[in-house]
Amino acid sequence: MAKYLLLKHYRGAPASVNDVPMERWTPEEITAHVAYMNDFAARLEQSGEYVDSRALAPEGTWVQYGGEGKPPVTDGPFAETKDLIAGWMIIDVDSYERALELAGELSAAPGAGGRPIHEWLELRPFLTEPPTVTE
Amino acid sequence: MNEALLRRLTPDVLGVLVRRGAPFAAAEDAVQDALAQAVRTWPDGAPDDPKGWLITVAWRRFVDASRADAARVRREERAAGEPPPGPASGADDTLWLYFLCAHPSLTPSSAVALTLRAVAGLSTRQIAGAYLVPEATMAQRISRAKRTVSGVRLDRPGDVATVLRVLYLVFNEGYSGDVDLSAEAIRLTRQLAAAVDHPEASGLLALMLLHHARRPARTTPDGRLVPLAEQDRTRWDTGAIAEGVEILQTALSRDRLGEYQAQAAVAALHADAPTADETDWPQIVEWYDELVRLTGNPIARLNRAIAVGEADGPHAGLAALAALDPALPRHTAASAYLHERAGDRATAARLYTEAAHQAATLPERTHLTHQAARLNATGP
Repeated sequence: MAKYLLLKHYRGAPASVNDVPMERWTPEEITAHVAYMNDFAARLEQSGEYVDSRALAPEGTWVQYGGEGKPPVTDGPFAETKDLIAGWMIIDVDSYERALELAGELSAAPGAGGRPIHEWLELRPFLTEPPTVTE
Repeated sequence: MNEALLRRLTPDVLGVLVRRGAPFAAAEDAVQDALAQAVRTWPDGAPDDPKGWLITVAWRRFVDASRADAARVRREERAAGEPPPGPASGADDTLWLYFLCAHPSLTPSSAVALTLRAVAGLSTRQIAGAYLVPEATMAQRISRAKRTVSGVRLDRPGDVATVLRVLYLVFNEGYSGDVDLSAEAIRLTRQLAAAVDHPEASGLLALMLLHHARRPARTTPDGRLVPLAEQDRTRWDTGAIAEGVEILQTALSRDRLGEYQAQAAVAALHADAPTADETDWPQIVEWYDELVRLTGNPIARLNRAIAVGEADGPHAGLAALAALDPALPRHTAASAYLHERAGDRATAARLYTEAAHQAATLPERTHLTHQAARLNATGP
């Protein structure tokens, strides 16, 4: 059993095959895409592999400790930041192969023309607790 | 209210329901309902016969649920032809459940979840908490597992090895939550070892006891890992060690060696050394040779290389390590350790840094980073 993060990027991932921004899809295509994503999460819950999924607003603020007795320093957003995370899904699966399979399915979400987006998703394993048996 | 008593009675009660003809999945639900009712009502006055009470309440739940669902149940019974055979007698109840819940048709995570619920008597919420997944996800995992085994016919004994693998997983990959999964694994393995005549069940029990004995010394209060050689051995649980060694000796005398007995023998040799310097490394190398012969497991080969480094010196250890796939987990960490022992501190510092990046757990990463920092701070 291992947990993996499926990371979706607004920016920073290589271009997808069906690379048309969502605002140029038809409303029906957007509806179909959202339905696919909801259905995917529901299926994972049914299979006992779902942990969490969240979407993030694209606009964020950079925050830094401002020094003793001073308020935090804020900056940004920086337009030049190359990597921008859009959201994630966390899965709990029996193997790396199963994690790859699920990431592939998520990447097949339909986009413009109802065709799969082939979006690049980043698959990252969670660090775990140490095993009890050590030698 | 004795939750331990409830957990201990769970497989007996479930076995009785199944023997009376209740389908496994429905019986399991009914027993969980009865356990929950016991948790609510026993504090106001526990029954004189807890097991009898649980059987009565669980059976009533099962009958009620069946009536409410009678049409569906009739359809299912027609479709299934006849219900799967249950255990033949009370003595076989628990064993039958172990085999069913570890059935090879289940994935490891499903077998673990089902075993913890049906054999260990934990609630779905407790199991979900232990494995850090939402309760709804764990509920689905368990109900899918129950569907998977619902048609299984267990008319001959199952394979003990599959049950042992599931119990080993529970012991070795316990996370957090309010349930001590290692302690639960020990309890279940103890129960299994008493029910089957199988030296490997005893071997696994000994292995668990010997590793569990070190738990108080394995981490600092702030959660940092303490390597075996640096552990305060006065904090090891001598009672658990004595029990583990005795169980192992009895198992070994049967002359049917297996991987768990061999691993337990390694742990027993560590437990037997008053200080790390007095460890009998040559004998540990011999046990790893046995383990490699039995399993061919690459992790056993890696551990053997480290033991060779202790028995015959770091250069011998590095030579043994060089024969193994560098992509093995902890290969880099082992190499770093042996390089430091060989006096090559610069290489060791570089390798510790690399090993920290590869670590699969946070405490290991922190530990390896500390090792690199220690070497970097004192210079080559």
